[in-house]
Amino acid sequence: MFFDIKPVLIAAILSAVLWNFFFIPPKFTFAIKNTEDILLFSMYFVVALVNAALTYKIRQYEKEESKREEKENTLKLYNTLLNSLSHELRTPISTIIGATDNLLAMADKLSELNKYELIHEISKSSLQLNRQVNNLLNMSRLESGFIKPKKDWVDTNELIYDVINQLKDTLQGKPVHVAIKENLPLFKLDYGLVSQVLYNLIHNAAIYIPKYAVITVRALSVADKVVLVVEDTGNGFPPKEINKVFDKFYRLENSGTGGTGLGLSIVKGFIEAMGGTIRLENMPEGGAVFTIEIPTQLSYVNVMKT
Amino acid sequence: MSKHELLIIDDEAQIRKLLEITLHTNDFKTKEAVDAKSGLIMAATCHPDLILLDIGLPDESGHVVLRKLREWYTKPIIILSAHSSEDDIVKALDNGANDYLVKPFRTGELLARIRSSLRTTTSEIQKEILKYNDLQIDLTNRIVKKNNDVVKLTSTEYNLLALFVKNEGRVLTHSYLLREVWGPGYLDQLQYLRVFIAQLRKKIETEPNHPEFILTESGVGYRFVIKEK
Repeated sequence: MFFDIKPVLIAAILSAVLWNFFFIPPKFTFAIKNTEDILLFSMYFVVALVNAALTYKIRQYEKEESKREEKENTLKLYNTLLNSLSHELRTPISTIIGATDNLLAMADKLSELNKYELIHEISKSSLQLNRQVNNLLNMSRLESGFIKPKKDWVDTNELIYDVINQLKDTLQGKPVHVAIKENLPLFKLDYGLVSQVLYNLIHNAAIYIPKYAVITVRALSVADKVVLVVEDTGNGFPPKEINKVFDKFYRLENSGTGGTGLGLSIVKGFIEAMGGTIRLENMPEGGAVFTIEIPTQLSYVNVMKT
Repeated sequence: MSKHELLIIDDEAQIRKLLEITLHTNDFKTKEAVDAKSGLIMAATCHPDLILLDIGLPDESGHVVLRKLREWYTKPIIILSAHSSEDDIVKALDNGANDYLVKPFRTGELLARIRSSLRTTTSEIQKEILKYNDLQIDLTNRIVKKNNDVVKLTSTEYNLLALFVKNEGRVLTHSYLLREVWGPGYLDQLQYLRVFIAQLRKKIETEPNHPEFILTESGVGYRFVIKEK
Protein backbone atom coordinates (compact mmCIF):
# COMPACT_ATOMS: atom_id res chain seq x y z
CA MET A 1 0.00 0.00 0.00
CA PHE A 2 2.72 2.40 1.03
CA PHE A 3 4.64 1.60 -2.12
CA ASP A 4 1.60 2.33 -4.20
CA ILE A 5 1.01 5.74 -2.67
CA LYS A 6 4.68 6.73 -2.68
CA PRO A 7 4.95 7.55 -6.42
CA VAL A 8 1.71 9.51 -6.16
CA LEU A 9 3.10 11.57 -3.29
CA ILE A 10 6.39 12.17 -5.06
CA ALA A 11 4.59 13.35 -8.19
CA ALA A 12 2.55 15.86 -6.16
CA ILE A 13 5.59 17.26 -4.36
CA LEU A 14 7.61 17.41 -7.54
CA SER A 15 4.96 19.25 -9.52
CA ALA A 16 4.51 21.79 -6.69
CA VAL A 17 8.23 22.36 -6.47
CA LEU A 18 8.53 22.76 -10.25
CA TRP A 19 5.65 25.18 -10.26
CA ASN A 20 7.46 27.14 -7.62
CA PHE A 21 10.68 27.06 -9.65
CA PHE A 22 9.19 28.29 -12.90
CA PHE A 23 6.26 30.50 -11.98
CA ILE A 24 6.64 31.96 -8.46
CA PRO A 25 8.83 35.04 -8.47
CA PRO A 26 11.72 35.22 -8.23
CA LYS A 27 11.57 32.83 -11.15
CA PHE A 28 14.10 30.02 -11.61
CA THR A 29 14.81 29.73 -7.89
CA PHE A 30 13.17 27.68 -5.20
CA ALA A 31 12.95 30.69 -2.94
CA ILE A 32 9.53 32.14 -2.07
CA LYS A 33 9.63 35.79 -0.98
CA ASN A 34 6.10 36.92 -0.13
CA THR A 35 3.41 35.30 2.00
CA GLU A 36 0.79 35.37 -0.75
CA ASP A 37 3.04 33.17 -2.83
CA ILE A 38 3.58 30.83 0.09
CA LEU A 39 -0.19 30.47 0.38
CA LEU A 40 -0.48 29.92 -3.37
CA PHE A 41 2.29 27.38 -3.26
CA SER A 42 0.74 25.41 -0.42
CA MET A 43 -2.65 25.56 -2.12
CA TYR A 44 -1.16 24.19 -5.31
CA PHE A 45 0.52 21.47 -3.31
CA VAL A 46 -2.75 20.52 -1.62
CA VAL A 47 -4.61 20.41 -4.94
CA ALA A 48 -1.90 18.22 -6.47
CA LEU A 49 -2.02 15.96 -3.45
CA VAL A 50 -5.80 15.60 -3.49
CA ASN A 51 -5.68 14.95 -7.20
CA ALA A 52 -3.01 12.30 -6.75
CA ALA A 53 -4.82 10.66 -3.86
CA LEU A 54 -8.05 10.49 -5.89
CA THR A 55 -6.29 9.01 -8.92
CA TYR A 56 -4.73 6.48 -6.61
CA LYS A 57 -8.15 5.59 -5.19
CA ILE A 58 -9.61 5.16 -8.67
CA ARG A 59 -6.73 2.95 -9.79
CA GLN A 60 -7.16 0.84 -6.70
CA TYR A 61 -10.87 0.49 -7.41
CA GLU A 62 -10.26 -0.45 -11.04
CA LYS A 63 -7.78 -3.07 -9.97
CA GLU A 64 -10.26 -4.59 -7.57
CA GLU A 65 -12.94 -4.49 -10.22
CA SER A 66 -10.85 -6.37 -12.76
CA LYS A 67 -9.83 -8.90 -10.11
CA ARG A 68 -13.48 -9.45 -9.29
CA GLU A 69 -14.34 -9.82 -12.97
CA GLU A 70 -11.56 -12.34 -13.40
CA LYS A 71 -12.86 -14.26 -10.43
CA GLU A 72 -16.35 -14.17 -11.88
CA ASN A 73 -15.10 -15.47 -15.22
CA THR A 74 -13.24 -18.30 -13.55
CA LEU A 75 -16.37 -19.10 -11.62
CA LYS A 76 -18.42 -19.05 -14.81
CA LEU A 77 -15.92 -21.32 -16.52
CA TYR A 78 -15.94 -23.58 -13.51
CA ASN A 79 -19.72 -23.74 -13.57
CA THR A 80 -19.77 -24.53 -17.28
CA LEU A 81 -17.23 -27.24 -16.60
CA LEU A 82 -19.32 -28.65 -13.77
CA ASN A 83 -22.52 -28.58 -15.81
CA SER A 84 -20.91 -30.11 -18.81
CA LEU A 85 -19.03 -32.69 -16.79
CA SER A 86 -21.78 -33.70 -14.48
CA HIS A 87 -23.92 -34.36 -17.52
CA GLU A 88 -21.38 -36.01 -19.75
CA LEU A 89 -19.87 -38.13 -17.02
CA ARG A 90 -23.02 -38.92 -15.11
CA THR A 91 -24.94 -40.17 -18.13
CA PRO A 92 -22.61 -43.10 -18.78
CA ILE A 93 -22.11 -43.70 -15.05
CA SER A 94 -25.87 -43.83 -14.48
CA THR A 95 -26.21 -46.26 -17.34
CA ILE A 96 -23.53 -48.52 -15.91
CA ILE A 97 -24.91 -48.43 -12.38
CA GLY A 98 -28.48 -48.96 -13.54
CA ALA A 99 -27.62 -51.77 -15.90
CA THR A 100 -25.45 -53.60 -13.39
CA ASP A 101 -28.16 -53.20 -10.71
CA ASN A 102 -30.61 -54.89 -13.03
CA LEU A 103 -28.22 -57.64 -13.92
CA LEU A 104 -27.36 -58.31 -10.29
CA ALA A 105 -30.84 -58.12 -8.80
CA MET A 106 -33.07 -59.45 -11.55
CA ALA A 107 -30.89 -61.81 -13.48
CA ASP A 108 -33.54 -64.54 -13.44
CA LYS A 109 -36.31 -62.25 -14.66
CA LEU A 110 -34.43 -60.72 -17.59
CA SER A 111 -34.63 -62.31 -21.00
CA GLU A 112 -31.39 -63.24 -22.74
CA LEU A 113 -31.96 -60.43 -25.20
CA ASN A 114 -32.43 -57.87 -22.41
CA LYS A 115 -29.30 -59.09 -20.67
CA TYR A 116 -27.35 -58.75 -23.86
CA GLU A 117 -28.73 -55.25 -24.42
CA LEU A 118 -27.82 -54.15 -20.91
CA ILE A 119 -24.29 -55.50 -21.24
CA HIS A 120 -24.00 -53.76 -24.57
CA GLU A 121 -25.07 -50.45 -22.97
CA ILE A 122 -22.49 -50.91 -20.20
CA SER A 123 -19.83 -51.45 -22.79
CA LYS A 124 -20.85 -48.39 -24.80
CA SER A 125 -21.04 -46.20 -21.70
CA SER A 126 -17.64 -47.21 -20.40
CA LEU A 127 -16.01 -46.43 -23.74
CA GLN A 128 -17.72 -43.04 -23.72
CA LEU A 129 -16.52 -42.44 -20.17
CA ASN A 130 -13.01 -43.36 -21.19
CA ARG A 131 -13.09 -40.85 -24.04
CA GLN A 132 -14.30 -38.06 -21.77
CA VAL A 133 -11.64 -38.79 -19.18
CA ASN A 134 -8.98 -38.75 -21.89
CA ASN A 135 -10.24 -35.36 -23.06
CA LEU A 136 -10.11 -34.02 -19.52
CA LEU A 137 -6.62 -35.38 -18.97
CA ASN A 138 -5.44 -33.79 -22.22
CA MET A 139 -7.05 -30.51 -21.21
CA SER A 140 -5.36 -30.48 -17.84
CA ARG A 141 -2.04 -31.39 -19.46
CA LEU A 142 -2.51 -28.31 -21.65
CA GLU A 143 -3.58 -26.08 -18.76
CA SER A 144 -0.60 -27.02 -16.66
CA GLY A 145 1.75 -26.27 -19.55
CA PHE A 146 2.91 -29.85 -19.26
CA ILE A 147 3.02 -30.46 -22.99
CA LYS A 148 6.48 -30.54 -24.46
CA PRO A 149 6.30 -31.70 -28.08
CA LYS A 150 8.71 -34.53 -28.82
CA LYS A 151 9.55 -34.20 -32.47
CA ASP A 152 10.82 -36.98 -34.65
CA TRP A 153 10.45 -38.03 -38.28
CA VAL A 154 6.89 -38.78 -39.29
CA ASP A 155 5.55 -40.35 -42.46
CA THR A 156 2.38 -38.30 -42.89
CA ASN A 157 0.71 -40.94 -45.02
CA GLU A 158 1.25 -43.55 -42.32
CA LEU A 159 0.02 -41.21 -39.59
CA ILE A 160 -3.19 -40.26 -41.39
CA TYR A 161 -4.12 -43.86 -42.14
CA ASP A 162 -3.19 -44.88 -38.60
CA VAL A 163 -5.74 -42.37 -37.28
CA ILE A 164 -8.38 -43.50 -39.78
CA ASN A 165 -7.81 -47.13 -38.76
CA GLN A 166 -8.21 -46.17 -35.09
CA LEU A 167 -11.54 -44.51 -35.94
CA LYS A 168 -12.91 -47.52 -37.81
CA ASP A 169 -15.72 -48.10 -35.29
CA THR A 170 -16.83 -44.47 -35.22
CA LEU A 171 -16.73 -44.10 -38.99
CA GLN A 172 -18.85 -47.22 -39.53
CA GLY A 173 -17.89 -47.57 -43.14
CA LYS A 174 -18.14 -43.85 -43.89
CA PRO A 175 -15.23 -43.28 -46.26
CA VAL A 176 -12.47 -40.80 -45.54
CA HIS A 177 -10.68 -39.60 -48.65
CA VAL A 178 -7.00 -39.00 -48.28
CA ALA A 179 -5.31 -36.61 -50.70
CA ILE A 180 -1.59 -36.48 -50.11
CA LYS A 181 0.60 -34.44 -52.37
CA GLU A 182 2.99 -36.56 -54.39
CA ASN A 183 6.58 -36.70 -53.15
CA LEU A 184 5.61 -35.31 -49.77
CA PRO A 185 8.72 -35.26 -47.59
CA LEU A 186 8.98 -36.64 -44.06
CA PHE A 187 8.27 -34.05 -41.35
CA LYS A 188 9.71 -33.69 -37.89
CA LEU A 189 6.59 -33.66 -35.71
CA ASP A 190 5.24 -35.02 -32.46
CA TYR A 191 3.46 -38.14 -33.74
CA GLY A 192 1.23 -38.44 -30.67
CA LEU A 193 0.04 -34.83 -30.67
CA VAL A 194 -0.59 -34.63 -34.42
CA SER A 195 -2.49 -37.90 -34.45
CA GLN A 196 -4.61 -36.76 -31.48
CA VAL A 197 -5.41 -33.54 -33.40
CA LEU A 198 -6.49 -35.42 -36.53
CA TYR A 199 -8.35 -37.96 -34.41
CA ASN A 200 -10.45 -35.24 -32.76
CA LEU A 201 -11.16 -33.44 -36.05
CA ILE A 202 -12.14 -36.59 -37.98
CA HIS A 203 -14.08 -37.91 -34.98
CA ASN A 204 -16.05 -34.65 -34.80
CA ALA A 205 -16.78 -34.70 -38.50
CA ALA A 206 -17.85 -38.34 -38.40
CA ILE A 207 -20.30 -37.65 -35.59
CA TYR A 208 -21.80 -34.34 -36.64
CA ILE A 209 -22.05 -34.37 -40.42
CA PRO A 210 -25.02 -35.92 -42.24
CA LYS A 211 -24.82 -39.45 -43.63
CA TYR A 212 -24.30 -38.45 -47.25
CA ALA A 213 -21.40 -36.09 -46.49
CA VAL A 214 -17.80 -36.92 -47.29
CA ILE A 215 -14.67 -36.32 -45.20
CA THR A 216 -11.38 -35.47 -46.90
CA VAL A 217 -7.95 -35.22 -45.30
CA ARG A 218 -5.21 -33.44 -47.22
CA ALA A 219 -1.51 -33.11 -46.54
CA LEU A 220 0.96 -30.85 -48.32
CA SER A 221 4.07 -28.89 -47.57
CA VAL A 222 4.40 -25.16 -48.11
CA ALA A 223 7.88 -23.71 -47.55
CA ASP A 224 9.01 -25.00 -44.16
CA LYS A 225 5.51 -25.85 -42.98
CA VAL A 226 3.35 -28.92 -43.09
CA VAL A 227 -0.24 -28.14 -43.99
CA LEU A 228 -2.95 -30.55 -42.92
CA VAL A 229 -6.54 -30.02 -43.99
CA VAL A 230 -9.63 -31.79 -42.71
CA GLU A 231 -12.74 -30.88 -44.69
CA ASP A 232 -16.22 -32.22 -45.06
CA THR A 233 -19.22 -31.67 -47.27
CA GLY A 234 -21.65 -31.35 -44.37
CA ASN A 235 -23.56 -28.24 -43.39
CA GLY A 236 -20.62 -26.23 -42.10
CA PHE A 237 -20.67 -24.16 -38.91
CA PRO A 238 -23.17 -21.37 -38.14
CA PRO A 239 -21.27 -18.18 -39.13
CA LYS A 240 -22.25 -16.54 -35.84
CA GLU A 241 -20.52 -19.25 -33.83
CA ILE A 242 -17.53 -19.99 -36.04
CA ASN A 243 -15.16 -17.89 -33.93
CA LYS A 244 -16.13 -19.55 -30.71
CA VAL A 245 -15.73 -23.21 -31.59
CA PHE A 246 -12.16 -23.39 -30.30
CA ASP A 247 -13.15 -21.91 -26.93
CA LYS A 248 -13.01 -24.19 -23.98
CA PHE A 249 -16.36 -25.83 -23.19
CA TYR A 250 -18.02 -24.08 -26.11
CA ARG A 251 -20.61 -26.22 -27.81
CA LEU A 252 -22.74 -25.26 -30.76
CA GLU A 253 -26.32 -24.49 -29.97
CA ASN A 254 -28.46 -27.57 -30.67
CA SER A 255 -25.46 -29.88 -30.78
CA GLY A 256 -27.10 -32.61 -28.75
CA THR A 257 -25.39 -34.81 -26.20
CA GLY A 258 -22.13 -36.68 -26.21
CA GLY A 259 -19.54 -33.94 -26.03
CA THR A 260 -17.86 -31.75 -23.45
CA GLY A 261 -16.86 -28.93 -25.78
CA LEU A 262 -13.24 -29.85 -25.17
CA GLY A 263 -12.30 -31.62 -28.41
CA LEU A 264 -11.60 -28.57 -30.56
CA SER A 265 -9.95 -26.55 -27.79
CA ILE A 266 -7.58 -29.47 -27.25
CA VAL A 267 -6.90 -29.48 -30.97
CA LYS A 268 -6.03 -25.79 -30.87
CA GLY A 269 -3.95 -26.17 -27.71
CA PHE A 270 -1.90 -29.05 -29.12
CA ILE A 271 -1.25 -27.23 -32.38
CA GLU A 272 -0.17 -24.08 -30.58
CA ALA A 273 2.10 -26.17 -28.36
CA MET A 274 3.86 -27.17 -31.59
CA GLY A 275 4.07 -23.54 -32.72
CA GLY A 276 1.37 -23.98 -35.36
CA THR A 277 -1.97 -22.42 -36.22
CA ILE A 278 -5.45 -23.68 -37.05
CA ARG A 279 -8.32 -21.92 -38.75
CA LEU A 280 -11.85 -22.90 -39.56
CA GLU A 281 -13.81 -21.71 -42.58
CA ASN A 282 -17.05 -22.65 -44.26
CA MET A 283 -16.78 -23.59 -47.90
CA PRO A 284 -18.94 -21.48 -50.22
CA GLU A 285 -20.70 -24.65 -51.39
CA GLY A 286 -21.26 -25.82 -47.80
CA GLY A 287 -19.14 -27.89 -45.46
CA ALA A 288 -16.34 -26.97 -43.08
CA VAL A 289 -12.58 -26.75 -43.65
CA PHE A 290 -10.05 -26.95 -40.84
CA THR A 291 -6.60 -25.85 -42.01
CA ILE A 292 -3.60 -26.60 -39.83
CA GLU A 293 -0.13 -25.21 -40.42
CA ILE A 294 2.84 -26.32 -38.37
CA PRO A 295 6.41 -25.12 -38.91
CA THR A 296 8.73 -28.10 -39.18
CA GLN A 297 11.90 -29.59 -40.61
CA LEU A 298 11.63 -31.62 -43.81
CA SER A 299 13.51 -34.64 -45.08
CA TYR A 300 13.32 -35.87 -48.65
CA VAL A 301 15.06 -39.16 -47.85
CA ASN A 302 11.80 -40.99 -48.62
CA VAL A 303 11.52 -39.51 -52.10
CA MET A 304 15.16 -39.99 -53.06
CA LYS A 305 15.04 -43.71 -52.33
CA THR A 306 13.01 -45.59 -54.90
CA MET B 1 -0.12 -79.42 -22.80
CA SER B 2 -0.12 -78.38 -19.17
CA LYS B 3 -1.81 -75.13 -18.24
CA HIS B 4 0.37 -72.06 -18.20
CA GLU B 5 0.69 -70.36 -14.86
CA LEU B 6 0.67 -66.56 -14.82
CA LEU B 7 1.67 -64.24 -12.00
CA ILE B 8 -0.36 -61.05 -11.63
CA ILE B 9 1.37 -58.21 -9.77
CA ASP B 10 -1.17 -55.43 -9.30
CA ASP B 11 -2.33 -53.55 -6.23
CA GLU B 12 -5.88 -52.95 -7.48
CA ALA B 13 -8.24 -55.69 -6.30
CA GLN B 14 -10.72 -54.93 -9.12
CA ILE B 15 -8.11 -55.41 -11.80
CA ARG B 16 -6.85 -58.62 -10.19
CA LYS B 17 -10.40 -59.97 -10.11
CA LEU B 18 -10.97 -59.07 -13.74
CA LEU B 19 -7.69 -60.67 -14.80
CA GLU B 20 -8.33 -63.75 -12.72
CA ILE B 21 -11.74 -64.39 -14.25
CA THR B 22 -10.57 -63.63 -17.77
CA LEU B 23 -7.53 -65.87 -17.48
CA HIS B 24 -9.27 -68.79 -15.73
CA THR B 25 -11.99 -68.81 -18.36
CA ASN B 26 -9.26 -69.08 -20.96
CA ASP B 27 -7.47 -72.00 -19.32
CA PHE B 28 -4.66 -70.24 -17.56
CA LYS B 29 -3.71 -70.71 -13.91
CA THR B 30 -2.98 -67.56 -11.93
CA LYS B 31 -1.06 -66.46 -8.84
CA GLU B 32 -1.51 -62.99 -7.42
CA ALA B 33 0.68 -60.47 -5.65
CA VAL B 34 -0.44 -57.07 -4.38
CA ASP B 35 2.84 -55.17 -4.25
CA ALA B 36 6.42 -55.13 -5.49
CA LYS B 37 7.89 -56.93 -2.51
CA SER B 38 5.53 -59.90 -2.52
CA GLY B 39 5.59 -59.94 -6.32
CA LEU B 40 9.36 -60.43 -6.41
CA ILE B 41 9.18 -63.19 -3.77
CA MET B 42 6.37 -64.98 -5.60
CA ALA B 43 8.14 -64.79 -8.93
CA ALA B 44 11.19 -66.42 -7.32
CA THR B 45 9.23 -69.15 -5.54
CA CYS B 46 6.71 -70.23 -8.17
CA HIS B 47 8.53 -69.55 -11.46
CA PRO B 48 5.47 -68.47 -13.47
CA ASP B 49 5.37 -68.87 -17.27
CA LEU B 50 4.53 -65.19 -17.68
CA ILE B 51 4.23 -62.15 -15.43
CA LEU B 52 1.63 -59.38 -15.75
CA LEU B 53 3.22 -56.41 -14.02
CA ASP B 54 1.51 -53.17 -13.05
CA ILE B 55 3.75 -50.09 -13.27
CA GLY B 56 2.00 -48.13 -10.52
CA LEU B 57 2.68 -50.27 -7.46
CA PRO B 58 2.39 -48.78 -3.97
CA ASP B 59 5.78 -49.73 -2.52
CA GLU B 60 8.08 -49.52 -5.52
CA SER B 61 7.79 -48.51 -9.17
CA GLY B 62 7.06 -51.31 -11.60
CA HIS B 63 10.10 -50.14 -13.57
CA VAL B 64 12.32 -51.11 -10.64
CA VAL B 65 10.54 -54.45 -10.25
CA LEU B 66 11.02 -55.07 -13.96
CA ARG B 67 14.77 -54.43 -13.69
CA LYS B 68 15.09 -56.69 -10.65
CA LEU B 69 13.11 -59.47 -12.34
CA ARG B 70 15.17 -59.24 -15.49
CA GLU B 71 18.33 -60.02 -13.51
CA TRP B 72 17.26 -63.66 -13.48
CA TYR B 73 13.77 -64.11 -14.94
CA THR B 74 13.87 -64.91 -18.67
CA LYS B 75 10.23 -65.65 -19.44
CA PRO B 76 7.80 -63.01 -20.81
CA ILE B 77 6.78 -59.97 -18.78
CA ILE B 78 3.81 -57.89 -19.94
CA ILE B 79 3.46 -54.41 -18.49
CA LEU B 80 0.09 -53.04 -17.41
CA SER B 81 0.11 -49.31 -17.16
CA ALA B 82 -2.41 -46.61 -16.35
CA HIS B 83 -0.23 -43.94 -17.94
CA SER B 84 -0.37 -43.90 -21.67
CA SER B 85 2.85 -41.90 -21.85
CA GLU B 86 4.95 -43.19 -24.72
CA ASP B 87 8.18 -42.55 -22.83
CA ASP B 88 7.01 -44.80 -20.02
CA ILE B 89 6.17 -47.60 -22.44
CA VAL B 90 9.39 -47.31 -24.42
CA LYS B 91 11.36 -47.31 -21.16
CA ALA B 92 9.68 -50.53 -20.01
CA LEU B 93 10.19 -52.21 -23.38
CA ASP B 94 13.84 -51.17 -23.48
CA ASN B 95 14.24 -52.57 -19.96
CA GLY B 96 13.16 -56.00 -21.10
CA ALA B 97 9.38 -56.04 -21.00
CA ASN B 98 7.97 -58.17 -23.83
CA ASP B 99 4.82 -56.18 -24.32
CA TYR B 100 2.54 -53.61 -22.75
CA LEU B 101 -1.13 -52.85 -22.28
CA VAL B 102 -2.49 -49.47 -21.32
CA LYS B 103 -5.41 -49.45 -18.88
CA PRO B 104 -8.23 -49.59 -19.75
CA PHE B 105 -7.44 -52.49 -22.06
CA ARG B 106 -9.77 -54.84 -23.93
CA THR B 107 -9.65 -58.43 -22.75
CA GLY B 108 -9.37 -59.70 -26.32
CA GLU B 109 -6.22 -57.66 -26.69
CA LEU B 110 -4.89 -58.95 -23.37
CA LEU B 111 -5.34 -62.59 -24.38
CA ALA B 112 -3.77 -62.00 -27.78
CA ARG B 113 -0.70 -60.42 -26.17
CA ILE B 114 -0.36 -63.21 -23.60
CA ARG B 115 -0.66 -65.92 -26.24
CA SER B 116 1.80 -64.35 -28.60
CA SER B 117 4.32 -63.74 -25.80
CA LEU B 118 4.05 -67.37 -24.70
CA ARG B 119 4.32 -68.60 -28.27
CA THR B 120 7.54 -66.72 -29.01
CA THR B 121 9.25 -68.23 -26.01
CA THR B 122 7.94 -71.80 -26.14
CA SER B 123 8.25 -72.56 -29.81
CA GLU B 124 11.16 -70.96 -31.55
CA ILE B 125 10.51 -70.77 -35.25
CA GLN B 126 11.38 -74.19 -36.59
CA LYS B 127 9.71 -74.26 -39.93
CA GLU B 128 11.79 -72.88 -42.75
CA ILE B 129 8.90 -71.74 -44.88
CA LEU B 130 6.26 -69.62 -43.18
CA LYS B 131 2.91 -69.08 -44.78
CA TYR B 132 0.55 -66.34 -43.70
CA ASN B 133 -2.47 -66.23 -45.96
CA ASP B 134 -1.08 -64.99 -49.29
CA LEU B 135 2.35 -64.17 -47.88
CA GLN B 136 5.11 -66.79 -47.92
CA ILE B 137 8.51 -66.32 -46.31
CA ASP B 138 11.35 -68.80 -46.82
CA LEU B 139 13.87 -67.89 -44.13
CA THR B 140 16.63 -70.30 -45.21
CA ASN B 141 16.65 -69.24 -48.85
CA ARG B 142 15.63 -65.65 -48.17
CA ILE B 143 12.72 -65.82 -50.60
CA VAL B 144 9.49 -63.91 -50.05
CA LYS B 145 6.38 -64.55 -52.12
CA LYS B 146 3.12 -62.63 -52.29
CA ASN B 147 0.26 -64.41 -54.08
CA ASN B 148 2.89 -66.93 -55.26
CA ASP B 149 4.87 -64.18 -57.01
CA VAL B 150 8.41 -63.61 -55.82
CA VAL B 151 8.78 -60.22 -54.11
CA LYS B 152 12.11 -58.53 -54.71
CA LEU B 153 13.41 -57.15 -51.43
CA THR B 154 16.62 -55.22 -50.83
CA SER B 155 18.79 -56.77 -48.16
CA THR B 156 17.79 -54.11 -45.61
CA GLU B 157 14.12 -54.73 -46.35
CA TYR B 158 14.66 -58.45 -45.97
CA ASN B 159 16.56 -58.05 -42.68
CA LEU B 160 13.77 -55.88 -41.34
CA LEU B 161 11.12 -58.39 -42.36
CA ALA B 162 13.07 -61.33 -40.93
CA LEU B 163 13.45 -59.49 -37.61
CA PHE B 164 9.70 -58.88 -37.55
CA VAL B 165 8.92 -62.50 -38.34
CA LYS B 166 11.22 -63.77 -35.58
CA ASN B 167 9.43 -61.48 -33.13
CA GLU B 168 5.93 -62.09 -34.40
CA GLY B 169 3.22 -60.55 -32.23
CA ARG B 170 5.73 -58.55 -30.23
CA VAL B 171 6.04 -54.79 -30.24
CA LEU B 172 9.52 -53.67 -31.34
CA THR B 173 10.60 -50.15 -30.42
CA HIS B 174 12.03 -47.74 -32.99
CA SER B 175 15.43 -47.82 -31.33
CA TYR B 176 15.47 -51.64 -31.18
CA LEU B 177 14.68 -51.92 -34.90
CA LEU B 178 17.27 -49.29 -35.83
CA ARG B 179 19.94 -50.98 -33.71
CA GLU B 180 19.26 -54.48 -35.01
CA VAL B 181 18.90 -53.63 -38.70
CA TRP B 182 21.12 -50.57 -39.20
CA GLY B 183 23.46 -50.71 -36.21
CA PRO B 184 24.04 -48.89 -32.92
CA GLY B 185 25.12 -45.70 -34.71
CA TYR B 186 21.68 -45.21 -36.23
CA LEU B 187 19.50 -44.97 -33.12
CA ASP B 188 18.33 -41.44 -33.90
CA GLN B 189 17.76 -42.06 -37.62
CA LEU B 190 14.04 -42.72 -37.44
CA GLN B 191 13.67 -41.36 -40.97
CA TYR B 192 15.33 -44.49 -42.41
CA LEU B 193 12.95 -46.74 -40.53
CA ARG B 194 9.92 -44.74 -41.73
CA VAL B 195 11.08 -45.03 -45.33
CA PHE B 196 11.78 -48.76 -45.19
CA ILE B 197 8.53 -49.53 -43.39
CA ALA B 198 6.63 -47.73 -46.15
CA GLN B 199 8.56 -49.64 -48.84
CA LEU B 200 8.12 -53.00 -47.13
CA ARG B 201 4.39 -52.40 -46.71
CA LYS B 202 4.07 -51.60 -50.41
CA LYS B 203 5.68 -54.94 -51.21
CA ILE B 204 4.03 -57.33 -48.77
CA GLU B 205 0.71 -55.78 -47.79
CA THR B 206 -2.40 -56.16 -49.92
CA GLU B 207 -3.48 -52.67 -48.89
CA PRO B 208 -0.35 -50.80 -47.73
CA ASN B 209 -2.45 -48.05 -46.13
CA HIS B 210 -4.48 -50.54 -44.11
CA PRO B 211 -1.72 -52.97 -43.18
CA GLU B 212 -2.60 -56.40 -41.82
CA PHE B 213 0.97 -57.53 -41.02
CA ILE B 214 3.09 -54.53 -40.01
CA LEU B 215 1.12 -52.45 -37.52
CA THR B 216 2.07 -48.99 -36.25
CA GLU B 217 2.34 -48.60 -32.48
CA SER B 218 1.87 -44.86 -32.12
CA GLY B 219 5.04 -43.20 -30.85
CA VAL B 220 6.51 -46.52 -29.72
CA GLY B 221 7.39 -48.76 -32.65
CA TYR B 222 5.99 -51.48 -34.88
CA ARG B 223 4.42 -54.88 -34.41
CA PHE B 224 4.28 -57.75 -36.89
CA VAL B 225 1.08 -59.72 -36.45
CA ILE B 226 -0.56 -62.69 -38.04
CA LYS B 227 -4.29 -62.85 -37.71
CA GLU B 228 -5.29 -66.41 -37.07
CA LYS B 229 -8.13 -67.44 -39.29
